Amino acid sequence: MTIMMLRLGYKYQKFQDRLATCVVYFLTFLTVLPLFLVVGYIVLNGFRHFSLDLLIKNPAPVGEAGGGVLNGIIGSVIIIVIAALMGIPIGVLGGVYLAEAKESRFKHILRIAVEILQGIPSIVIGIVVYLLIVLPMRGFSALAGGVALAIIMLPVIVISTEESLRLVPHELKEAGIALGVPGWRVSLFVVLRTGLGGVISGILLSLSRIAGETAPLLFTVLGSQFFSLKITQPMAALPLQIFNYSISPYPEWHSIGFAVSFLLLIFILTINIMTRTVIEKMSYKRR
Amino acid sequence: MNKKAKSVFNGDKVFRDVLFLTAGFIVILLIIIFILLIHHSRPSIGAFGLGFLFRQRWNPGSNKFGALPFIAGTLITSAGAVLITIPFSISTSLFIKEYASSWLGNLISHMVDLLAAIPSVIIGMWGIFVLVPVMRSIEMILYSHFAFIPLFNAPPIGVGLLSAIFILVIMTLPYSISITRDSMVQVPVSLKEGAYALGATRWRMVRSVIIPYCKNGIIGGTMLALGRAMGETMAVTMVIGNSTRLPRTLFDPANTIASLLANQFNEASGTLYVSSLIQLALILFIISLLINITGRIIVHKMKMT
Repeated sequence: MTIMMLRLGYKYQKFQDRLATCVVYFLTFLTVLPLFLVVGYIVLNGFRHFSLDLLIKNPAPVGEAGGGVLNGIIGSVIIIVIAALMGIPIGVLGGVYLAEAKESRFKHILRIAVEILQGIPSIVIGIVVYLLIVLPMRGFSALAGGVALAIIMLPVIVISTEESLRLVPHELKEAGIALGVPGWRVSLFVVLRTGLGGVISGILLSLSRIAGETAPLLFTVLGSQFFSLKITQPMAALPLQIFNYSISPYPEWHSIGFAVSFLLLIFILTINIMTRTVIEKMSYKRR
Repeated sequence: MNKKAKSVFNGDKVFRDVLFLTAGFIVILLIIIFILLIHHSRPSIGAFGLGFLFRQRWNPGSNKFGALPFIAGTLITSAGAVLITIPFSISTSLFIKEYASSWLGNLISHMVDLLAAIPSVIIGMWGIFVLVPVMRSIEMILYSHFAFIPLFNAPPIGVGLLSAIFILVIMTLPYSISITRDSMVQVPVSLKEGAYALGATRWRMVRSVIIPYCKNGIIGGTMLALGRAMGETMAVTMVIGNSTRLPRTLFDPANTIASLLANQFNEASGTLYVSSLIQLALILFIISLLINITGRIIVHKMKMT
């Protein structure tokens, strides 16, 4: 009797296990499915509408066919460069501080501040930069957009820098100090140099993230139909163009929207995959 | 010799000062953000007080502003999305860490990271052209068969709360997976082997060892995903239908705080209108701050144990 019950219990357990395995496989499949659906849809539609004109022409006036997004490409590059010039140095130094300075109350506060900064919704950052820069300067500008993106990339870089520097073994540092190398040179040329791969991959990932950020640009760079290189003026940017083209009622604009999405997606996925495969292999890891 | 030693000492001091200044700058930046938001929402706080949170009408024409529809929209979409996310996130993490061979697990893990890398605006575009039409037909079926359930009792138009929830599921999954996955790495092998040695099936082991051990990671990851979902702007704006009325059913067009800001902030004129929008931004900031801090505390607790 008991043996039979045990048998039944065993069979039941086995059945339950099989069922659970099926559910886990199925839900995992559903989780990665959107990646293929989204990327596949954008690539198919974007590739169909892609043309050289897209890269070398500015947008055509409303009602005219053709046109490209040269202004958006240049605009995005300028805005990202502005963001990188501010965000990377501050972010890396902040990360070095967190990894190198001795524990103190202030360091604890900084760590909390970075985590809070990272959690601020990007649209709120857009509004803050509007209040901080657009209002006093009396106008939307590429500069303001750059500042907004810099604030977004800052905590990401601080955290990734700290994490990769923490992986550098203490022995290396102690060896440097034992050889009489001053502390700051040990920090820069031993610790930072050893963790550089991780630091760079963090920077690249944060760049690929801000390249697609749209919300913080709405109230800062505003977008523009024209080609412009002045950083104190509104400027076009690829994510804003995707937004405007895709919510427009015109099918021709939708197809430009697909082509721009395709362009941006390829750019972002390439940086991502390259960073995760090539640079992370080169970077220092704990043994 | 002495002189040289002195200059070396200075280099150290300069380096430390630069680091300290940068760190101070980051903290001050956060304080500035907070002060700016509070300062610019003062007119609206003065005019409406706490009632701002509970009033339903949003009428720029008559200068009457109430935040309830947008707070409701934000909470419904993000909480709905995160609840749907939980089983998917646990299963995918289990698959990566327990069920799949290591190369397949890595591959899936990378795919999830790539999903997180797709810009919100591109997911939104896919939402407009693919998800919304699909949702419209699903909602049509629900409406024609289950209209007696109040949640489904409205003629569906495709854009609305339900589409926003689905978009948010896609966008928040990677975040909760990455934290759940990290917590599953920490389960001691000895516990797992112990369960197997007692004759447990894999599912039994998962249920009695992994899930209890990773409880904090799962809850913390869910909270962080919730914080993410609340601030998500572009994709939600593109599929939620942008209505300023309080939604009654899941099919109604609505607005989250973030999507309202994206839609109206540039067109807003008049001190009170702008200030009400900024106060909404402040509210969004505070809600997501509280949720993020709670999530972090739970995740930290997991790292301690």
